[in-house]
Amino acid sequence: MSDLAAGKDELRDTDLSDAELSARLAKTWGTARGIIGALSTVDHKIIGRRYIFTAIFFLFLGGLAAIVMRLQLARPENQLIGPDLYNQIFTMHGTTMMFLFGVPIGEAFAVYLVPLMVGTRNIAFPRLNAYSYYVYLAGGLMVWFAFMLNTGPDAGWFSYVPLSGPENAPGKRVDFWAQMITFTEVSGLAVAVQVIVTVFKQRAPGMTLDRIPLFVWAELINAFIIVFSLPAVVTASAMLMMDRLVGTHFFNPAEGGDALLYQHLFWFFGHPEVYIIFIPATGWVSAIVVTFSRRQAFGYLPLVLSMISVGFLSFGLWVHHMFTTGLPQLGASFFTASSMLIAIPNGIQIFCWIATLWDGRPVFRTPLLFVIGFFFIFVLGGLSGIMLASVPLDTQVHDTYFVVAHFHYVLIGGNVFPLLGAVYYWFPKFTGRMMSERLGKWNFWLAFVGFNLAFFPMHITGLMGMPRRVYTYQPEMGWSTYNLLSTIGALVLFVSFVVFLYNMIASARRGPLAGDNPWDAGTLEWATASPPPPQNFNRIPFVINREPLWAEREKLPVATGLAVEKRELVVTTISEARADLRESSPEPSIWPLLAAIATTIAFVGSIFTPWAVVWGGLLVAFTLVGWFWPKNNKEDEA
Amino acid sequence: MRHQPVQDLSALPDHAYGPRMTTWWGTLAFCAVEGMGFAMVIGAYLYLAFINPQWPLSAPAPGLLWSGLFTLVLLASVWPNHLAGKSGKRQDLPKVRLYLVIMSVIGVVLLVIRYFEFFSLHVRWDQNGYGSVVWLLLGLHTLHVLTDLGDTIVLTVLMFTRHGHGKRFSDVGDNAFYWNFVVLTWLPIYAILYWVPRM
Amino acid sequence: MRVRPFLIVPIALALSGCTGWQSALDPHGPHADALSRLFWIFLAILGTIWTATILMLLLALRRRRAPDADPLMTRPGTERRMTIVVSCAVALTVMTVMSLAVVSYGAQRVLFAHRDGPLTLLVTGQQFWWKVQYEDASPARTFTTANEIHIPVGEKVLIKLEAGDVIHSFWVPSLNGKMDAIPGRQNEIEIQADRPGIYRGQCAEFCGWQHAHMGLIIVAESRQDFERWRDGQIAAARAPDDPEAQKGMEVFMTKPCIMCHEIRGTSAGGKVAPDLTHVGSRQYIGAGTLPTTRGNIAAWIIDPQRIKPGVHMPLIQLAPEEIQPLAIYLESLK
Repeated sequence: MSDLAAGKDELRDTDLSDAELSARLAKTWGTARGIIGALSTVDHKIIGRRYIFTAIFFLFLGGLAAIVMRLQLARPENQLIGPDLYNQIFTMHGTTMMFLFGVPIGEAFAVYLVPLMVGTRNIAFPRLNAYSYYVYLAGGLMVWFAFMLNTGPDAGWFSYVPLSGPENAPGKRVDFWAQMITFTEVSGLAVAVQVIVTVFKQRAPGMTLDRIPLFVWAELINAFIIVFSLPAVVTASAMLMMDRLVGTHFFNPAEGGDALLYQHLFWFFGHPEVYIIFIPATGWVSAIVVTFSRRQAFGYLPLVLSMISVGFLSFGLWVHHMFTTGLPQLGASFFTASSMLIAIPNGIQIFCWIATLWDGRPVFRTPLLFVIGFFFIFVLGGLSGIMLASVPLDTQVHDTYFVVAHFHYVLIGGNVFPLLGAVYYWFPKFTGRMMSERLGKWNFWLAFVGFNLAFFPMHITGLMGMPRRVYTYQPEMGWSTYNLLSTIGALVLFVSFVVFLYNMIASARRGPLAGDNPWDAGTLEWATASPPPPQNFNRIPFVINREPLWAEREKLPVATGLAVEKRELVVTTISEARADLRESSPEPSIWPLLAAIATTIAFVGSIFTPWAVVWGGLLVAFTLVGWFWPKNNKEDEA
Repeated sequence: MRHQPVQDLSALPDHAYGPRMTTWWGTLAFCAVEGMGFAMVIGAYLYLAFINPQWPLSAPAPGLLWSGLFTLVLLASVWPNHLAGKSGKRQDLPKVRLYLVIMSVIGVVLLVIRYFEFFSLHVRWDQNGYGSVVWLLLGLHTLHVLTDLGDTIVLTVLMFTRHGHGKRFSDVGDNAFYWNFVVLTWLPIYAILYWVPRM
Repeated sequence: MRVRPFLIVPIALALSGCTGWQSALDPHGPHADALSRLFWIFLAILGTIWTATILMLLLALRRRRAPDADPLMTRPGTERRMTIVVSCAVALTVMTVMSLAVVSYGAQRVLFAHRDGPLTLLVTGQQFWWKVQYEDASPARTFTTANEIHIPVGEKVLIKLEAGDVIHSFWVPSLNGKMDAIPGRQNEIEIQADRPGIYRGQCAEFCGWQHAHMGLIIVAESRQDFERWRDGQIAAARAPDDPEAQKGMEVFMTKPCIMCHEIRGTSAGGKVAPDLTHVGSRQYIGAGTLPTTRGNIAAWIIDPQRIKPGVHMPLIQLAPEEIQPLAIYLESLK
C-alpha cells in the first residue's frame, strides 16, 4: 500500500500551472461549507482566527469587569456594588485576564502564524488543535455563565486556601474556578505540544535553527514554559477540588496538610505565567521592530539566548510571591537574587531592540507606535519589579496597589500594547485589508494616556497603604483623589479599546486591500496571499535566509514534489531542517468537537459528583476512539 | 511572487519510524507534561513529609506484598513491550499482534493487582494529609496504566482488522515508548510510597 | 529647560503620598525608616535607568540616516560600535542588579536581626477583626483585647501572628512591613515606634467579604501612659452606676450577645467575637470601621450587616427601647 502511495502516477505540484495548482490544493486542503464543515475544520488559520477572536472577546469581558471595579473605587465608601459582587468581579477580572486572555492570546497567534512563518501547510496534530480550541471556549463560557448565575468564583484568581477551602467557601463558586483551570490548562498544554512539534519537525527545508524567525522562537520557548509550568497549577487546583469534594486534607493543617503547599504549587506555575504572557509579546515586538526599522535584527543570537534564559529563570522565582509568609530568610535571599537576575536577559532584549531601531530607518506606522509605548511602559514596570524582588521592600508593597500598578505596567505594557501593535501588523494578513492609520493613532494615544493615568497613581496609593482587593476604603485614608484619577484613566483606556474594536470591524469591511506583503516584511507569512489560501503555500518555500523575502525579492525558491490531491506536508530534520518525509496531515473531523463536548460534560459533571470522572471518562474515551479510528481515506491509509 | 524550484521532494518516503515522525515528538512532549505532573505530586508528598514531624501520619507504612508484585510484573513487561516495538519497526504483523495481545493481558493483570494494592495502603484518602497524597500519587499512576491499556487494546484491534499496515506500525513503536514512560515513572513513585515511610 | 506643567502635577501628587497615618513613606519607627530609605535608594537608581533607556530610545528614533538601504546590509563598523555599547549597557545592568541585591540583603539582615522585645503580643487574625492578647510571665497580668494595640514609645515589641480561620496579613506601614498570619503556623514580626502617636494598620491579605474593613490602630505612648492603660485593661469591667447603663447590661446578659462576646467580671464569656471588657476605651468599633460613639454603637447593634456586609455578627432582634441603654452600657465600658 505504501509503495502505491509513493508511486509515480500520483498528481504532483510539478505537473500543474500555478493557477490550477492553487485551485486544486485549495480543494484538497479546504474546509467544507455548512455548519458541520465549520465545526469539523482542522485548518489552523480558521481555528487560529477563532482563538484570537475569543481571547480578545474575553479581554473585553475582563476589561468591563475592571471598569465596574474602578467605578466602585472612584469614591470612598461607594455604594455602587457590595463586597459580594465586588469579590466575584475582581476574581473574574483576574481569572479572565490570566487564564482566558493572557495564556490563550499568545498561543492563538502561534496557532495562526507559526505554520505560516515556518512555511508549512498546517499545524502539527490539527485535530488536537480543534479540540483544544473547543475545550478552551467551553471552559471560558462555563465560568462566565456561572458568574451570571451569581455562582462566580470569589476567592481571587489565586484562590488561596483556606479561604477557598471547603469550610470557608461553601457552595460551588470555587469549584467552577478550579474546573475552569482544568479546561484552560488542557487546551493550553495541547497547543504547546502542537507548537513544539510544528517548529521542531515541520519547518520548511533550509530553515536551520539560526534562520527561525524571532517570533517563532518566542512561541517555541513559550510552549516549553507552558509544558513545564501548567502541570503545577493543574495539581494545585485538582487538590483543591478534592479537598472540597471528596474530603481530602491536602491543605488542612489540622490533619497534616498545609496552606502554604498550595501557594508553592500555585506560584511555581504563577510566576512562569507572567512570562507565558510576556514571551509571545517579545516575539511580536521583535517582528514589528525588524519590519519597521527596515533592518534585520541586531543581536539575533543574544535575543534568542536571552529568551531561553528568561524561560529557565522564570522557574526560579516563585517564592518572591511569598516573601511575607514567614519563610526562612536565607531561602528568601536566594529568591531575591534570582528575581533580580532575570532583569539581565530582559535588559539584553531591550538594548538589542533599541540598537536595531538606532541603525534602522524607522517607519512610524501604528504597529511601531504601540511598540514605542511598550518600551515606555514595560521598562517602568520591569524596574518596579526589581523593587518587589527585594525581600525588605516587598514586605511594604506586597499585596498593595503598588503591586497592582507594577504588574499592570508589566502585563499591559508587556503584552497588551505589543498585542495591539501585532493586530495592526498582521490584520492585513488575516483579512486581506489594512486597518485605518488615523484611528490607529487615536487608539494608541488614548490607550497610552489612559493607561498611565489609570495605573501610575496606583504606585502612590499603594505606598500610602492601600491594600489590594478591597471593595471600598474610608474617606479619611487620603486615597480618594488618586482613586478618582485611576478611574478616569481606566475609562479613557476603555474608550481606546472601543476605538480599536470599531477600527477592526470597519476595516475588515471597507479597509483598503492589502496585497501579499503590505509592509514589505521579510518573513514567510508574507510570501503568500492575504488572507492565505487553505494550503498556505502552493509550493513549500525553500529557506536560504532569516528574512527570506528580503534576500530574494524576485523569485521565491521552493521545494516541489508534494501530492496535490491529498493532504501532504514536509517533515524536516530537527536542527538542519533537511527534508526527510512527506507526511500526511489529518482531514477534517467532527470527533474533536464531540470529544470536547464529552470532556466538558465530564469536567462540569465532576463539580457536582466525583463519579462524573468515571462515566465522563468513559464518554471521553469513546469519542477518542472515534477520533483516532481509521476512516479509509487517503491520509489515514498512507 | 514567482516560484523557482530548487529541490525535489517526490522521492521522500511517506512514513518512517520513531523520532523521524511528528507523532513520536508529540508523545515525548506529552510524557514531559505528565512527568511534570508526577514531579509536582511527588514534590507535594515530600513537602508534607518534611513539615510533619511524624510520617506516615497515624498509619502504618503501606504493605509491600501487592506493590512488590505490581513492580515485578511491571518490570517484566518491559521485555514483551520492547519486542512489540521491535516487531513494529520490522513491520512483522503476526508478531506485532502476538506481543500487543500479551501487553493487553499484562495491563489487565496490573490493574487487578493495583486494585488490591489500594487496599493494602492502610489509610484512606480522607483520613489525613498523608492518606490524601498517597491516594493521589497512586491514583495518578493508575490513570496512566489505564490510559495506556486503552490505547494498547485499540491498537491491537486495529492490527487484527484490515488497518494493520503503514503508519500504524509507527504507532506501535510510540505505544511501546509510552509504556516505558509508565514503567519509568513508577520506580520513583514506588520508592517514595513504600520506602520513604520506612526510613 | 522649559517647565512642563504636566510633569509638576504627578510630582506634587507623589510627594503628598509621603504623609498619612497608613503610609509606608511616613516612617515612625526604625524598621519603617530603614525600609523607606531603601525605597528611595531603589527609586533613585531605577529612575535613572529608566530615564537613560528612554533617552536612548528617543535618540534612536530621531536620528537621521541615509534612506532606502538594503535591510539585510549591515556595516561592520556600526555593528561593532553597537556591540560595544550594548555590552557596556549589559555589564552596567549586571552591576546595578548585583549592588541592589547586596543593599537589599543588608537591610534585610537589620530588619530581621533579633527579637528580644520585653513586650510580647499574640495577635490572631479573624474574619474580620484582630484578637490581641498581651502575654506576661505572670498569668494574672495577661489580658485580651481587640483591634487596638498600645505600645510604649521607643521599645521593641514582638508580635506573634496566628490566624483563626483564613490567611490574614498584619500591616502597619508607618512602623514595619507586613507579615502573614497563616492557619496552622505562627509567624513573628517586630515593631517599634519612635514617636508617640496613632498609627493605622490594615489586613493586607484578601480574607473575604470585609477584607476592606479589617483595620487596627497602634497607639504609641510613654511608658507611664502605657502602664496606666495596661493596668486598666487587666482589670475586669466595673458594674455600671448609671441606671440606664444598668438596664443596658441586663439587656446584654439576657440576649445572645453573651454567646460570642466576653465581658470580664460578668457572666458574658463568649470567645468567638471581640472581647468587650473595655470596648468603650477603644477609639473605633468594627475593626477601624466607625469611631466609638454612642450613636455608632447603636447603629452597629441595630444592623451590623448594613455597616459591614458579611460580618459574622448576626442581627439581634431588640426592642427599640433596649438599644439606647445597651449602647450606653457598652460605651461606659472604659
